[in-house]
Amino acid sequence: MSKVKSFFYLFSALFLIWIGFTTTFQPQELGLGLIISLFLSTIFFKTYVGLGFPPLGIKRFLFALIYIIVLFKEIVKANLDVAYRAVHPEVPINPGIVIINTDLEGDVARMVLANSITLTPGTFTLDVIGDHLLIHWINVETTSKEEATELIGKRFEKYLKIIFA
Amino acid sequence: MYYLGLVVTGVGVLFLCLGGLGLFRFPDVYNRVQAGTKCTTLGAFCTILGVGITQPGWFWKTLIIALFILATNPISSHSLGRAAYKSGTELAEESVVDMAGEFDDYSEEG
Repeated sequence: MSKVKSFFYLFSALFLIWIGFTTTFQPQELGLGLIISLFLSTIFFKTYVGLGFPPLGIKRFLFALIYIIVLFKEIVKANLDVAYRAVHPEVPINPGIVIINTDLEGDVARMVLANSITLTPGTFTLDVIGDHLLIHWINVETTSKEEATELIGKRFEKYLKIIFA
Repeated sequence: MYYLGLVVTGVGVLFLCLGGLGLFRFPDVYNRVQAGTKCTTLGAFCTILGVGITQPGWFWKTLIIALFILATNPISSHSLGRAAYKSGTELAEESVVDMAGEFDDYSEEG
């Protein structure tokens, strides 16, 4: 059942991207997009499940939407933060490399967390080793793992846990 | 609509400029990667989307391109930072802490 679902969702996503790229509703364009989307989703829907992507659903979709809004807010904050540090006459940085833990299971969930951390203020992910993430922090506020986890990871983890549950 | 697009593009260009300034002013590889990721993400996003707003026919295409940049930019910065650390590039003198030595993969290096 979940395979049929993920086939359907993958197909819809591909078709929507196709419409976005062509931006026409002419029958022949739509027909070609339909054929290509069907072809690609027959090949890849098994890989898609195997990679550990969650089977899509309405609740996950809503949380993903909230997550994207939160992420966007953080991206804007990150940009202002780094821009401020770059133009400040004394270059106020306090860099270091810290380790944080993550409770997330699965490679895809961890990948999304690592990429989100890279996009947020002052932090970027150097490496993911098991359930630890190695983070370069431009302004180290604490050197304890627990506090760093709280400050860096938690704001995303609570959404990702639901999305990738 | 046209002028809104110009403003959005202008904001993007401003962020790209600040990112370039950060590349010069930050002391070591890792901080420079930070400047390179953060500012170019929003900078490129706004620039491309601004072009889409000035030319409404291109809007959906530019939106998809911008989203792809958003998804791939962190990966490039991550691999740059990881490669720099693995090859033994040292942190700047201002650095406070380096906990990477706790992992076997990293403690042999350096």
